[in-house]
Amino acid sequence: MSLKIATLTAISLLLTLGTASAQQKIIAVDGSSTVFPITEAMAEEFQKANKGIKVTVGIGGTGGGFKKFCRGETDISDASRPIKDSERADCKKNNVDYIELPVALDALTVMVNPKNDWVKEMTVAELKKIWEPEAQGKITNWKQVRDSFPDKPLKLYGAGVDSGTYDYFTAAIVGKEHSSRGDFTASEDDNVLVQGIAGDVNALGFFGLAYYLENTSKLKAVAIKLKVDSKAVMPSVEAAKDGTYQPLSRPIFIYVSRKSAEAKPEVAKFIEFYLDKKNAAKLVKEVGYVPLPDNAYDVFLKRFKERALGTAFHGSKIGVSVEELLKTPLVN
Amino acid sequence: MSNEHTRIEGETIDERLLVKRANRQDLRFAVIGLCVLIVAMVALLALIADFMLDGVPRINFDFFVNYPSRKPEQAGILSAWVGSTLVMLTTAALAVPIGVAAGVYLEEYARKNWITDIIEINVTNLAGVPSIIYGLLALGLFVQTLRLGQTILVAGLTLALLILPIIIVTTREALRSIPLEIREAAFGLGADRWQAVWMYLLPAARPGILTGTIVGMSRAIGETAPIITIGALTFIAFLPPAPIQLEFPFVNFQWLNSPFTVMPIQMFNWISRPQVGFHVAAAATGVILLAMTLLMNGLAIYIRYRIRRGMK
Repeated sequence: MSLKIATLTAISLLLTLGTASAQQKIIAVDGSSTVFPITEAMAEEFQKANKGIKVTVGIGGTGGGFKKFCRGETDISDASRPIKDSERADCKKNNVDYIELPVALDALTVMVNPKNDWVKEMTVAELKKIWEPEAQGKITNWKQVRDSFPDKPLKLYGAGVDSGTYDYFTAAIVGKEHSSRGDFTASEDDNVLVQGIAGDVNALGFFGLAYYLENTSKLKAVAIKLKVDSKAVMPSVEAAKDGTYQPLSRPIFIYVSRKSAEAKPEVAKFIEFYLDKKNAAKLVKEVGYVPLPDNAYDVFLKRFKERALGTAFHGSKIGVSVEELLKTPLVN
Repeated sequence: MSNEHTRIEGETIDERLLVKRANRQDLRFAVIGLCVLIVAMVALLALIADFMLDGVPRINFDFFVNYPSRKPEQAGILSAWVGSTLVMLTTAALAVPIGVAAGVYLEEYARKNWITDIIEINVTNLAGVPSIIYGLLALGLFVQTLRLGQTILVAGLTLALLILPIIIVTTREALRSIPLEIREAAFGLGADRWQAVWMYLLPAARPGILTGTIVGMSRAIGETAPIITIGALTFIAFLPPAPIQLEFPFVNFQWLNSPFTVMPIQMFNWISRPQVGFHVAAAATGVILLAMTLLMNGLAIYIRYRIRRGMK
């Protein structure tokens, strides 16, 4: 019996020793599931090149990620929208300074069923007519959207209302962030939307470009006209990059804590790897997103090295071109 | 006389009718029950067959030794299955001793009064509380108040809390179902309460306790919600420090403090990715998770069988 007690004591002693001395080189990242594939790809390649440094990536969502980030629990936060004013206040309260770094563009894509032969392009005004809150229960037929459309029921699919994707789409189309009709099939899982639209001739829906590019045989993308007389632009990597796909292309970000960047050399090393234009152009494209132009990565790398703090945004801004991203002054 | 005779005859007829009706009811219930069972089994088997078809061809040696990757065909579940195994070990090491001890105390030592009644009701109710509630509790207590971080230890603590009621309830039931003779024989030989519990009752209750533990563990291994709530990570391309090392003191408990991911989270992440390759990998992960659960159950059945044989 006393032998057992002795072993138990020894084990608990080792346990405390073990927990006390655990200190590894870990870079903690959490945040948006939209940005996750990019950070995952970066972390994968970075760890291959730098043995001994460990990167962990979570998907707590943009909001959940900022909560942890502003408590100082993570080094980097993935975000599919700019930091909100309330989150800025949180960070300020805990003395967490951050560097805002756009890392890629995402093109929200409006999709219909491939058997739909009446829609090729739509204007922002038509989309607004469909999605605004007043349309609820009223706009239920394709004919109501445009006279030349057939008399068929209109079935809507869209990103879940807690997502940054929904926030941006409503801001860009309806004109007011987080405001739309409520009677559509919403899902946080974009694959559910792909299934829904692929199986319904009368469907119309929206989600990120990556999901369309993987399912081009099951879905048909709709070209977007910013105004009635402007050119209809199909969603594509190129159109998002050169800024012609408007207003549905949006920048996505990472936020780096200044404290981590300065106290942990491995964090700085990871960011320099992330913003290296060769890595970024290759890996961002590989996971289905739109890389920024090369010179943009240079500018943001410089911004990181100079530890330029603060954000260039107040909530989602619509139709930001890469040039604007580069020029907008930062507010701390 | 003749009057009485008819009465008896009338009764037998009534009885026959009653028996017939009861039989009919039995039959009806059996048919309904069978239908329900068939529907449930067909749905379950269809689901399993569906992801087996998708997942099994994807399983190969590399799938077990590769880390997750952005390339679906290179992605593997090394960090996930190691994480799941370590979390399960931690959970068992915490929940089994505490759960069995609590069960023994409540059944054998505690006086039966209103306090134990309240505890009993609470424990039984806790067994039915949704797992996300445990996740929220763990987030508030372990992660934010005690600042233990998102580690294997915290996941083990959370899941241990989750399955504790199951273990307590089954331990009590196992103790209760031991024939009174064993108890009386122990006391008759002059054993005190502790000796009776340690030497007679616990060995006799082992099969029951084991079943409860496995039911709890099978639930814990598939849990996603509480683990996501405490903030487990999704992409991890390294393993926790090895528990055994060559230098003194040969065992190492640093892995308890390591970040981790588990199989259900890996599955959840892959299933929501755009590329079909990831969906196949998710199905394969499901197959392996199912195999792990079956393996755990199989092990329990085997141990129980050994114990039962040893007892006779």
